[in-house]
Amino acid sequence: MIPIIVIAVYLLIIATIGIVAFKRGQSNTEDFFLASRTVGPMVFFLSIFATNMTAFAILGSSGLSYRRGIGIYGLMASSSGFVIPLTIFFIGTRLWALGKRFGHQTQVQFFRDRWECDGIGTVIFALSAAMLIPYMIISIMGGGTVLQEISIAKGSHDPLIPYWLGCAIVAVVVTVNVFFGGMRGTVWVNIFQTILFLCFGFVAMIVISHAFPGGFGEIMAKIGSDPKSSFLLTRERMPQSEFWSYTLIPLSSIMFPHMAIMCFSARKVTAFKRTVIIYPIAIMLIWLPCIFLGVIGAHVIPGLKDSDGILLRLLNDEAPAWLAGLLGAGIISAVMGSDAHQVLAMSTMFTKDIYTHYGGREKYGEKGAVHFARAFILVVTVIAYSIALYLKSRQGIFEIAIRFAFSGFAAMAPVMIAALFWKRSTKWGALAATLFVAGTLVTFAFLQGSPAPPAAPARPAVAAAAKIAAPDAATATKVDAAEIKVMTNDTAKVIQQSAADAKPAAAAPSAAPKPRMIVLWQVGDHVILSRAPATGDVRFWNSSNNPAGGYMSVVPMVFGSALCMIVFSLLTQPPSRMTIDKYFGEARTQEAPAVTVSSK
Amino acid sequence: MKRFLLLLVVVVVYLLHQDNWNWKNSDLIFGFLPVGLAYHAGYSILAAVMMAVLVKFAWPKHLEEVQPEKPDVNRRDAEPH
Repeated sequence: MIPIIVIAVYLLIIATIGIVAFKRGQSNTEDFFLASRTVGPMVFFLSIFATNMTAFAILGSSGLSYRRGIGIYGLMASSSGFVIPLTIFFIGTRLWALGKRFGHQTQVQFFRDRWECDGIGTVIFALSAAMLIPYMIISIMGGGTVLQEISIAKGSHDPLIPYWLGCAIVAVVVTVNVFFGGMRGTVWVNIFQTILFLCFGFVAMIVISHAFPGGFGEIMAKIGSDPKSSFLLTRERMPQSEFWSYTLIPLSSIMFPHMAIMCFSARKVTAFKRTVIIYPIAIMLIWLPCIFLGVIGAHVIPGLKDSDGILLRLLNDEAPAWLAGLLGAGIISAVMGSDAHQVLAMSTMFTKDIYTHYGGREKYGEKGAVHFARAFILVVTVIAYSIALYLKSRQGIFEIAIRFAFSGFAAMAPVMIAALFWKRSTKWGALAATLFVAGTLVTFAFLQGSPAPPAAPARPAVAAAAKIAAPDAATATKVDAAEIKVMTNDTAKVIQQSAADAKPAAAAPSAAPKPRMIVLWQVGDHVILSRAPATGDVRFWNSSNNPAGGYMSVVPMVFGSALCMIVFSLLTQPPSRMTIDKYFGEARTQEAPAVTVSSK
Repeated sequence: MKRFLLLLVVVVVYLLHQDNWNWKNSDLIFGFLPVGLAYHAGYSILAAVMMAVLVKFAWPKHLEEVQPEKPDVNRRDAEPH
């Protein structure tokens, strides 16, 4: 009960901040959506970081490391710590300047003007909106999961707050905050939230470490000495191609509409300086303890079906009730910080790129636009909440995001880079790239959900490699079978069958079955597209004969999108000289002598 | 030359991410931290240092002086609630 009271107080504070921000706000869209472009340096960092940290940073990361080990940190956290600050440095600062010069409030406004075309903006808007919805759903699902887990009393299995109610509470609090406070309310809340969840990881580590008299070292030594779990301390089951592929995923960050919109909200460009330097460290502060504790959890509480809840289980078991509540609030902060920005971004996009662009503001005025934005916030939250409930039993938190939102937005990065840095880029290049991304997303989603084709006949090379890979693959399949929640029914049957096959194999390695290579497209000896049995992910260019090998779908998507952008731009007419001069000519600067503004 | 060196720094840091040599190493640093995890924690710090270098030597200073080109249609006088 105590954790619930602590979280209830926290949620009340969040809602109150939104209402206070409402009283300070003004009834125009720039104030509602961008806080009148007045966000200062430290608040900017705290807010942009909260924008990017979802429930996945805490729950999903520990859940994945529980299943796959320490490699998750390099896979996702350190790659993000390298790529995201770079994109904020090179792209975010330019977006800020364009917003300042021309009044843009969304990416689509920029694209429309840059390529002198309404249609390209509408197409990119449609794709962005379709990809942002899953991201919003993750946040609500994460919130529901946290409240459900935290509300389970010790010795009981029934939560006081069921999943559906947890999702509803998070959705309502976020809606109140955004509905009333707009961007101002959101960034104020972010200050509180980011500090809370930055402290979360190390407090959790210290608290949990006290529960183990031998310390973490003893547990790690046991994990390392057990052949069944030693892989958790290495990346031996993580294909190097997958590890490299992931470095492309963080390109999605700057393409997420809520991240771009945050870039427009800074008061001065110097606010970016501190942000890009602190960002990798902040990621480390959150991810490192979560991943470490996820691995510890695999030893302490083995066999969890829903491993995303491991951190909450550890806290519930090992921390005092009030502290578990406070740490639960830290997790909820990560959830709601990003969710609020996503909801606001959706509202900004619809209001600016559709409602205003197609004449709504002329008809109903500036105040009407703000009313429209608020009404939209209610509608989109109800839709996201409904989907979060529907998908709970079918999709894991992480899978929804990575397959649809992250890969898609990452593949849109070449469009933004071309718009900002390549004069010769054209609307046709942008359209081709956007349609390519949309097409590949639909294709990969279909391939992941389609019935499994018959296993490929074992070619000599495959058979030889299979003998080497068989013991690992068999054991891996056993692990993966416990976590099948992301599969369609047809695929799940294949995997369950594989797992059943694998069990005797683990006992008698000499009789191990060959790993199943689900080949979707093969040219000669080259497997162009295959499907990873454990997750259903489509893999590209799998030459390793490891069913989970090959490159992630984000690789062909990013490079294909870039190729489309280049080829179609070169084949078509560039924008007018006036537009090119507008975006690549000399910017109007202050008439007074330039003053260097300190980042402090 | 400065640009080339900065580009080189970025490329080298990017390449250091793919630490193949740690792939199957399960040694523990300080008795509790797996070496693969410790390496990438260090990599995060290196990324922060790289960004500090970029801010110092490649900061787009010209953007600090940008001013609005035209009155923004969105910037109307605030209406009270």
